[in-house]
Amino acid sequence: MAVAVIGIVRARNLFVVIMLTGIYSLLAATIFVVLDAVDVAFTEAAVGAGISTVLFLGTLALTTSEEKKPVHNAWISLAVVAVTGAVLIYGTLDMPRYGDPAAPANHHVIPEYLEAGPEKTGVPNVVTAVLASYRGYDTLGEVTVIFTAGIGVVLLLGQWRAHRRRDEPAEEEA
Amino acid sequence: MVDFVGLYNYWIVVFLMMAGLYLVIEHGNLVKKMVGLTVFQAAVFVLYITLGKVRDGTAPIVAEGIEIYSNPLPHVLILTAIVVGVATLALGLALVVRIREAYGTIEEDEIGDQDGPAI
Repeated sequence: MAVAVIGIVRARNLFVVIMLTGIYSLLAATIFVVLDAVDVAFTEAAVGAGISTVLFLGTLALTTSEEKKPVHNAWISLAVVAVTGAVLIYGTLDMPRYGDPAAPANHHVIPEYLEAGPEKTGVPNVVTAVLASYRGYDTLGEVTVIFTAGIGVVLLLGQWRAHRRRDEPAEEEA
Repeated sequence: MVDFVGLYNYWIVVFLMMAGLYLVIEHGNLVKKMVGLTVFQAAVFVLYITLGKVRDGTAPIVAEGIEIYSNPLPHVLILTAIVVGVATLALGLALVVRIREAYGTIEEDEIGDQDGPAI
């Protein structure tokens, strides 16, 4: 993944960048499988590596595929990034260790979900049970967000198409 | 003395996040900025999923004879986040297409030049 990311930063051809982003998403999906998150891996492979890549490619088809060389100094942003990263690494020192069963994130409602979830909801897959039953309102909110985003895209792009058709009817027909 | 061995997963995530942040602030190309946001977002996903991993655990699908499961809650949250992320990505890319239509470029500084000096 790190190699793919370095490639993304270096490459100037946006087509290469987008393909590398797809590879990056696919690698993320394999990491999710290793970390026992099979449902997330499915979604990441289909949505992250699939739909996102298609969206990016569609944008490229409507715009340009070469990036110009940045004019300003790269050292300032590099310094900002390095400082932020150092602060974040300092912050990780207090975090629970990898795979620790006693980590606070693995307590509170989680044992309840794992023990009572299958009986209460009738679904052996606890991720599905939590997603659709315990946190069903979250999923409803998610649908609302997608709907809003869809309306936004239609408004932004649909209006432009209609506008162009009115301005240049001859070219549109040819 | 702090035990560093169990922290390497966070450091990978921090590296990926910072690469995404660098893409966003350094590059003037709007599509590349969106790629940076995607990279950052995937890094956050990896962070959450590693938080939910339990040593010797299996995927949280209840079955006979399995005692230890990984934490299902981060998985649920990240499932939602992935889908919402794609929705926002689509909106951002639609904006990029519109900007290209209005200004004829997707480079940030050229757009700034066309708008004249900032007041």
